Amino acid sequence: MSNTEILIKELVEKHGKCRNSLMPVLQGIVAKERFLSEEAMKKVAEFMDISAADVYGTASFYTFLDTVPRGRNVIRVCQTISCDMAGKDEIINAIEAALKIKVGETTHDGNFSLLKANCMGWCHEGPVMLINDDVYTKLTPQTALEALEKYVVSTNN
Amino acid sequence: MSTKKVDIIFDAGCAIIDVLDKGLAMSKDEVINEIINSGLKGRGGAGFPTGLKWKFAASEQSDKKYIICNADEGEPGTFKDREILTKVPEKVFVGMALCSYAVGAEEGYIYLRGEYNYLLKDLQPKIDIFNNQMQQRGHKFIIKVKSGSGAYVCGEETSLMESMEGKRGEPRNKPPFPTVAGYNGKPTVINNVETLVYTTMIIRMGSNDFKALGTADSSGSKVFSVSGDTPNAGIFELELGMKLNEFVEEWGDGDTKAVQVGGASGHCVPRKNFDKTIIGFEGIPTGGSMMIFNSSRSMYNVLKNYLEFFVEESCGQCTPCRVGCQQLLKGIEAIKKGEKSPAYLEDLKKLAESMKIAAKCGLGQSVANPFISIADNFKEEIIY
Ligand SMILES: Cc1cc2nc3c(=O)[nH]c(=O)nc-3n(C[C@H](O)[C@H](O)[C@H](O)COP(=O)(O)O)c2cc1C
Ligand code: SF4
Repeated sequence: MSNTEILIKELVEKHGKCRNSLMPVLQGIVAKERFLSEEAMKKVAEFMDISAADVYGTASFYTFLDTVPRGRNVIRVCQTISCDMAGKDEIINAIEAALKIKVGETTHDGNFSLLKANCMGWCHEGPVMLINDDVYTKLTPQTALEALEKYVVSTNN
Repeated sequence: MSTKKVDIIFDAGCAIIDVLDKGLAMSKDEVINEIINSGLKGRGGAGFPTGLKWKFAASEQSDKKYIICNADEGEPGTFKDREILTKVPEKVFVGMALCSYAVGAEEGYIYLRGEYNYLLKDLQPKIDIFNNQMQQRGHKFIIKVKSGSGAYVCGEETSLMESMEGKRGEPRNKPPFPTVAGYNGKPTVINNVETLVYTTMIIRMGSNDFKALGTADSSGSKVFSVSGDTPNAGIFELELGMKLNEFVEEWGDGDTKAVQVGGASGHCVPRKNFDKTIIGFEGIPTGGSMMIFNSSRSMYNVLKNYLEFFVEESCGQCTPCRVGCQQLLKGIEAIKKGEKSPAYLEDLKKLAESMKIAAKCGLGQSVANPFISIADNFKEEIIY
């Protein structure tokens, strides 16, 4: 069994083999692998006994259930109005320049993907970004790049 | 006049578990009647009377009922539910438990937006403790968390239930309303995080004390999320029924040109109307988002940002909203570039009006709020 298969098996056992568990199962895969591969979605369908089309249908609805390959760490910079006014463009420019990618792309080494996202509920402390499940507030270009450093180290270990 | 600060939601001056015991010692009807008498209306945006909602669910016959706490908080400019779940989560749990007792439900869910996943680390252990406390009291009620995955529309109650059932978060037709057929088709009470805290505090302080605050239509207080051009951004609990100019006097930066009340789906109020605008159900109702813009801001950019938000977040299920949002965005861009004449703005306003009538859910129906209020009051900024 591939690692993905083992993971899915564990998740289905943990959450139960019923349609109501589909979201937690998909979320569990994304937490580990950052996106849902075709293989993963087909296996979920098989293990949960629902059609692959239903799995894809649900997955493709949700922004955080990516069905295209992503890096090991996903950066999401808030683009909604308060963060926009607080200077989100400078943050994005700084990250784009440092990682040499544009929004929507993944670095060569597969370590980072850079995305924009809608309001994250920190409008009073913008600009903000999420890296995976961690939130960073009141960003400046410098603190944004410092935040990225942590994820470079953790994957080299 | 000035705004009146209130300290109910974050007040730490009581043992919350005592409030639970106080409520459980009352009869179910007494609990519901207290909430009805308080005049509390939902704090998630739509403003439905909370006590009535509970009463409807209580009157349903069913083998299973559910309580859902809506913690999807996706409305731009709103961040109070995160703060509540961080600082006083026990008050939310007690509100859910009191509701479960009153309507006869044994399972409760907190639907937490995926953007707030980091809250779970602290929240889950507290939920475990609370579930234990319920068990010790011999009351069958257990709270679980379901996570969202980044979809604003899932804050809409029926879409949220679809999502909990493992489906695409596409809103359902109403009726049937959730109190009749909600999660898994069973009677369900769904309330906002803040609403649930107020129910707890109403049981603690008594409905009359709560009602003494606010106005006849908007009883009590409300937590406001203040952001934008203000020296004092953050979260503030204020008595309802204030005038917008009182608010701006305190939170504006001296150069406030407009306030967007109620988030991207709310209304934009220009300076000339500050003194005529009441914040509450008799004026402009709000989930609490107050975004302040000063004269350095382009209201075209603000409207464009909102429309981009709606284009991305429309679930695409119904044509008026899916196509309407795109056309409104394209339309103002074309006017700005001079590809369309200024008169075209009137056509776009008609489109927004028809979305209000034809769209299936609150998302598509409310796009007209920001669109028309900005287009009417800041026409020059959009045309030139
Ligand atoms: C597009 C859309 C998004 C919504 N998002 C939320 C939300 O994030 N939180 C919330 O409590 N209510 C939200 N609502 C309102 C809910 O549908 C529902 O009215 C509310 O949860 C009921 O709770 P209340 O009566 O306590 O306010 C949203 C509605 C719409 C149409
Ligand atoms: S109004 Fe928009 S969000 Fe609501 S059902 Fe229609 S397309 Fe979906």
